[in-house]
Amino acid sequence: MKNIWTIARRDFRNYFTSPIAYIVIAGFLGIMGWMFFFNLAHFNEQNMQYQQYNMGKAISITDGIVRPLFGNMNVIFLFLIPFITMRLFAEEKKSQTIQLLMTSPVTLTDIIVGKFLSAFLLISVMLGMTLVYPVVLFATGNPDIGPIITSYIGTLLLASCLLSVGVLFSSMTENQIVAGALTFAGGLFLWLISWASQAAGPVWGDLLLYLSLINHYASFGLGILNTSDLIFYFSFIFSGLFLTHRVLESYRWR
Amino acid sequence: MIHVSHLTKMYGPRTAVNDLSFDIQKGEIVGFLGPNGAGKSTTMKILTGFMPATDGKVTVAGFDVFTQAIDVKRNVGYLPETPPVYLEMSVEDYLDYAARLHQVPSAQLKSSVSSALEKTDLGSVRSRLIGNLSKGYRQRVGLAQALVHNPQVLILDEPTVGLDPKQIIEIRELIKGLAGDHTVILSSHILPEVTATCQRIIVISKGRIVAEDTIERLTTRLNKGLIYSMTVRTPHPAGITLMRTLPGIASVTATGPKLVVEIQPGVSEVRDQIVSTAVNQGMGVLEFSAEKVSLEEIFLQLTTEENVPAQAGKKDGATV
Ligand SMILES: Nc1ncnc2c1ncn2[C@@H]1O[C@H](COP(=O)(O)OP(=O)(O)O)[C@@H](O)[C@H]1O
Ligand SMILES: [Mg+2]
Repeated sequence: MKNIWTIARRDFRNYFTSPIAYIVIAGFLGIMGWMFFFNLAHFNEQNMQYQQYNMGKAISITDGIVRPLFGNMNVIFLFLIPFITMRLFAEEKKSQTIQLLMTSPVTLTDIIVGKFLSAFLLISVMLGMTLVYPVVLFATGNPDIGPIITSYIGTLLLASCLLSVGVLFSSMTENQIVAGALTFAGGLFLWLISWASQAAGPVWGDLLLYLSLINHYASFGLGILNTSDLIFYFSFIFSGLFLTHRVLESYRWR
Repeated sequence: MIHVSHLTKMYGPRTAVNDLSFDIQKGEIVGFLGPNGAGKSTTMKILTGFMPATDGKVTVAGFDVFTQAIDVKRNVGYLPETPPVYLEMSVEDYLDYAARLHQVPSAQLKSSVSSALEKTDLGSVRSRLIGNLSKGYRQRVGLAQALVHNPQVLILDEPTVGLDPKQIIEIRELIKGLAGDHTVILSSHILPEVTATCQRIIVISKGRIVAEDTIERLTTRLNKGLIYSMTVRTPHPAGITLMRTLPGIASVTATGPKLVVEIQPGVSEVRDQIVSTAVNQGMGVLEFSAEKVSLEEIFLQLTTEENVPAQAGKKDGATV
């Protein structure tokens, strides 16, 4: 446990030694802020129209603001997470510093979990910064708290799945750019796989739908913690890290 | 401290290390000498527990490298061919990290880092970023990293490669100072390196051990024949002839009072007989010295006997 924390701590700090973390965080907050206020303005306009002219129908804060906000956040993470994970192993392999880790009295699991944790901490910090939006909502209106909490949990899990994909690809190459590109492609594929499910036959269709990352997110957005979705996300993260273990184990043999 | 028996490592179909066996005692400094591609780095990676072997048994500090890798790693400090340093970290932070990775207790972190900084004379750059240091300093940081948890065994892979002569001498002195407290094994493809730092040498070529001994004994055993030169007071032809008949003597050449005595290969100790013959024959010995043939030549014989002509070989000798 201590070993994991030693590694996570260094890698987390390491994010802030290069401009990448600052760019990622600034980009994230910028886009999120813009979207939040855009949504807010749109929402107010719609509600005003409803109240003045009795046109359309009333929408809740959850439907009008919270759900689109987290939907956007998930998409932004799809784009940003490759930048967060690409260095983790690729850079250490390139600079040979991985030999320090591999010849220290720590297990491969310690190393992998430590690195994953460092990235997880970074996205947690990013998510933490978005807490101002719910605060604004509570200050100005009366939003439903349930969906906000479950959305945070869902987004954290969905992002963690993308992180585990990123960790895996980073362990497979010395080239950060390749690791990042593969992570984005892999994430996008797992995201959109549900589209193909409509074209596929009944059995394959169900399977593809089950594998789609975003498909499992829907319940969180509705304020529901669905056990099967939780299990899916946790097994997905575990599988990504497990495969990373296999990749690094075979790296030792070469 | 280190026992290696019948160690073999294959990279796919290719044998990098072939049936290697050797022992290293506590406190020894042993040089691992061989040309590029001999299998030095591979052997060291196996000793550190970084890489599994194909066959054989290795124990380091009493632990089996294959089944007790974590215990081995706790007792070993390793400097790979490229120092595994993070360029964007400060020297101090890096050593602190290395110490934590090796489970140095929190209370001793500070003192461990300071003592590693002191041993490697890095105190003046402790808060500099490693990326801003010269190659020699980075190498020292790598060495400090290997030392920071005060391991019983130090494994140093080509610790002076790529450094300038002044830095090389500094690093060598540093390594010599580590003997006794630590068991050190260092690899090199440069002869003066091992003669300058090591007590014992293991010469390896194409994955096999071709010689293993102290520097002196290697010189004696493997040389074409030792050469002694002596100066006498009065050279008697009869005495010189008698000297030629001594067992183990290959030839005696006299130029005035200076005699050059060549010993047959494999004969180690005939100095007493030579000197006593000279004295008994009434020649009187003024001076007696051994012309040590450098290990460089032995090394050439050992590893490039067939394919490098003696003359050409000599020039390449330093950096085979
Ligand atoms: N990762 C690897 N894959 C395949 N062959 C390798 C690998 N590393 C080393 N070798 C080969 O194994 C042999 C020994 O290499 P090495 O241990 O690095 O030698 P040295 O350190 O003595 O120069 C060489 O022939 C080298 O080409
Ligand atoms: Mg080597």
